[in-house]
Amino acid sequence: MASARAGWRPLNPVIGRITARALLGRRRALLLAPLPLLLIALAAAGRSMDDPAGWANQVVNGLGVSAILPLVALIIGTSVLGSEIEDGSAVALLAKPVARRDVVLTKLAVAFAVTALLAALPVFLAGLAATGEAGGLTAGYTVGALAGSVVYCALFLALSLVTRRAVAVGLLYVLLWEGVLGSLVVGAKYVSVRQYLLGMAHSVASSDLIDARLSAVVAVVMSILVTAAAAALAVNRLRSFSLKGEST
Amino acid sequence: MTAVELRGASRWYGNVVAVNDVTMTIGPGVTGLLGPNGAGKSTLLHMMSGFLAPSRGEVLLDGRPTWRDVGIYRRLGLVPELDAVYGFLTGGEFVLASARLHGLRDPEAAARRALETVELTGAEGRRIDTYSKGMRQRAKVAAALVHEPEVLLLDEPFNGMDPRQRLQIMELLHRMGDAGRTILFSSHILEEVERLSGTVQVIVSGRLAASGDYRRIRRLMTNRPHVFTVRSSDDRRLAAALVADGSVAGVELDHGALQVRTSDYGTFTRVLPSVARAEQIRLREVLPTDESLESVFAYLVTQ
Repeated sequence: MASARAGWRPLNPVIGRITARALLGRRRALLLAPLPLLLIALAAAGRSMDDPAGWANQVVNGLGVSAILPLVALIIGTSVLGSEIEDGSAVALLAKPVARRDVVLTKLAVAFAVTALLAALPVFLAGLAATGEAGGLTAGYTVGALAGSVVYCALFLALSLVTRRAVAVGLLYVLLWEGVLGSLVVGAKYVSVRQYLLGMAHSVASSDLIDARLSAVVAVVMSILVTAAAAALAVNRLRSFSLKGEST
Repeated sequence: MTAVELRGASRWYGNVVAVNDVTMTIGPGVTGLLGPNGAGKSTLLHMMSGFLAPSRGEVLLDGRPTWRDVGIYRRLGLVPELDAVYGFLTGGEFVLASARLHGLRDPEAAARRALETVELTGAEGRRIDTYSKGMRQRAKVAAALVHEPEVLLLDEPFNGMDPRQRLQIMELLHRMGDAGRTILFSSHILEEVERLSGTVQVIVSGRLAASGDYRRIRRLMTNRPHVFTVRSSDDRRLAAALVADGSVAGVELDHGALQVRTSDYGTFTRVLPSVARAEQIRLREVLPTDESLESVFAYLVTQ
């Protein structure tokens, strides 16, 4: 059909709606709800302390953007496409004349939206609860969390098309690479999503409370590169999506 | 006129060969892809539908490779064997989503037509989760034919359907075939050939073992030699009566049961009840032994 080219819309509303329903209807997504609530409650509890900014920084950084954000993005990012490929229901979606690129971009958009809702929004609310202001640290971490949502989701979605053990590999990446090796190995910061988002958060907040190892420019450029590379890898893997042969 | 063509297509996994050098052309009309489980039928269908790359050879839809080309789905529909569908959708939503993904001009009308075709209109408001296997199968068929494809591939479509639904889907396939569409369905149940009027491709161990008109294959099937275990009210008298019939090659009496060897499956199954009735012998049990599909297919291959 010639008209399909004329107005290219990368996001497919049908796929988007089905993906969102699959995601939010799953019990796994509900299991994630207590974490953001805990984050906000802890942040609010620090209001009465001597150093609310320091407390806000510790809670929002340590629990929010370093733990809840990657965890939520890992579960969402590996679910949106990976789980239906695993159980085979993706065939109904893939046996359609829809460009694989549009499938990936739509899945990514839904993953980002849900991750932003379950992780970036709570980061904003926690920052607000702890510092009492929407600017400064709160704004910095919120921007960082939003950017981090995009990069993490792209990374984990691609991972789910590369390996069946995407959740385990993703956990290792977050805990070992970003958590431990990131501070030990020189240069690890360049391939650490956490460092990208801290670099951006630091620049937006203009606060030295945020321990950033990358400049904002490097963080933004690396975020774009990693996201684009992950999305391209996902599209390419999806083009080669194969059904298993005989069931026996 | 749309044809699916395989040219020397092979597919292997490691050192297991699933499909071995198959060359065939599936043209308009209904074609049955028959073979025992594990023969390579699904692998063939997956290659035809662009969901598997051939290890060697070519798999083409009107001359163009199906692999890594989503454009083929405008003209091709696939009903996979896998039962997994979006269970949280209703049947109606599932088929409508399919119509929308095809970018049809009037998706609601197309979905309605497809649901009517498979007679699922009564259950379209129920979640697919709650469907029986046969209903799920029909929802998948509706979703695959919503864009009225020129080629429709169905992997074991009759699994889980009752005889009436089976007949109905078979009629639907024939209507589509008569309208010039290319329909290919796979089955491991030989008797499904009985209802088929078209071409048959028999796959055994990844190879194209027989191919041609269904009548020839059906004749071979109904004439195949066979062994039955028969229990009756008077085995000895029944044995004597059966030996007199031309379709019986031999009878053996052992341990309260008859082993009847027949050279003609089809005739014998008609002769046995009438002989028993004439002799006023009550049949307690008639069991086809040696009914392994592999042996039946192997018999077909040697013919």
